[in-house]
Amino acid sequence: MLKSRIIPCLDVNDGRVVKGVKFQNLRDAGDPVELSFHYEDQGADELVLLDVTATRQDRIAMLETVEKVRRKLGIPLTVGGGIGSVEDAGRLLNAGADKVSINSAAVRNPDLIHEMSVRFGAQCTVVAIDAKMTDGMFQVLTRSGTTAETLDAVKWSATAQKLGAGEILLTSFDRDGTRSGYDLPMLNAVTEACSLPVIASGGADSVQHMVEAFEHGAHAVLAASIFHDGNMTVAEVKKQLAAKGIEVRA
Amino acid sequence: MIQIINTGVANIRSLQAAFDRLGEPWQLTESPSDIETASHVVLPGVGAFAAAVESIDRLGLRETIIERINTPQLATLSICLGMQLLGRSSEECETSVGLGVIPHEIKRFGDNVKVPQLGWNVVQPQTEGPYQTGEAYFANSFRLVEPPEGWGYANSEYGGQFISSIWRGRMLACQFHPELSGEWGQKVLQNWIAGETFANGGQS
Repeated sequence: MLKSRIIPCLDVNDGRVVKGVKFQNLRDAGDPVELSFHYEDQGADELVLLDVTATRQDRIAMLETVEKVRRKLGIPLTVGGGIGSVEDAGRLLNAGADKVSINSAAVRNPDLIHEMSVRFGAQCTVVAIDAKMTDGMFQVLTRSGTTAETLDAVKWSATAQKLGAGEILLTSFDRDGTRSGYDLPMLNAVTEACSLPVIASGGADSVQHMVEAFEHGAHAVLAASIFHDGNMTVAEVKKQLAAKGIEVRA
Repeated sequence: MIQIINTGVANIRSLQAAFDRLGEPWQLTESPSDIETASHVVLPGVGAFAAAVESIDRLGLRETIIERINTPQLATLSICLGMQLLGRSSEECETSVGLGVIPHEIKRFGDNVKVPQLGWNVVQPQTEGPYQTGEAYFANSFRLVEPPEGWGYANSEYGGQFISSIWRGRMLACQFHPELSGEWGQKVLQNWIAGETFANGGQS
């Protein structure tokens, strides 16, 4: 049977890993190549690199980072952040990404999901959705959480599936960096509306939070602070998950 | 030198990186004579069945690849879509004609599971083969359902059993991605390169 996945996430800014709270106040958290290898060694099932920078120069640095990480990494690598076109996605895949995650550009131009899926395959096309609770709905946010869209995250996930996405990376803006656990109602709603694998993201601080996410339909859990701060290793997390009856890769 | 067939539609950087880590030189090729004579040939595969078939035919490589795969003393490796291409056809695109090395149709996973299958699954050899039971990374919506006659094979479980790998002599096909399957995957690649452990594989 398919195993529940643990995915450390590295937010990368100008060649360094950073971590913020609610997408703000970025602080340095290490070298992406070293950290990637370190997490693979601990038993990470996959890695996500998110490019959180804005300038063109930093984007070129990101391509170099992806190349360097790929040389050492023997597990799947998803790269996201700032991807605006099929060509951008192709460049990241050529640099060594296995999957590409699109967010703001997909909201602006939903056809991009379809184009990527046809060109590279659904298994390669990840749609990242950032959302927060607003007036009783999960409202989609774009541009690193700075722009509120008139779009319901639950409906958007179903649309993304129809357009050819292969996976949803679902981040709760309300929970990001707060260590208060994943947004379970949002996870429930999205995993019911769409039958793609969903990666839960935002808010993890404990193994219990991850257990809850898996019980609420998550296919994988993404976490950053919990691993970067050295509170727990991926191996410790997986051992405890296994003890709680979640099937993880040995 | 490992020759990787350049179908132009597959993302193969991870595979190249895995060979680099093993210290094995590789190159991309579109040349029939390379594919006929090389000690090791890889038919990679990420992407769509129809695009890969079209690319193989455009390069005029269909007969050369079939001939190579039907010569099991030569080391050939088909990965993911590369394994599906061995079939006669695929539900992914019923108008495309596969290599037909095995007479099977490749079928989509059922509605009882999330598709694509994305993640790590257990691979269990059912006959003597090139590797031990292990966990491998999969990224696929389609799969082989029945083992072909005269081939060794491994099973995995996803909404029912499917065939996650087949082998015959030094020809190995994997639905999973050995290049993304950590240390166990590196071992699968190493064993394929060395070619020792499965000289008699599949003749059960």
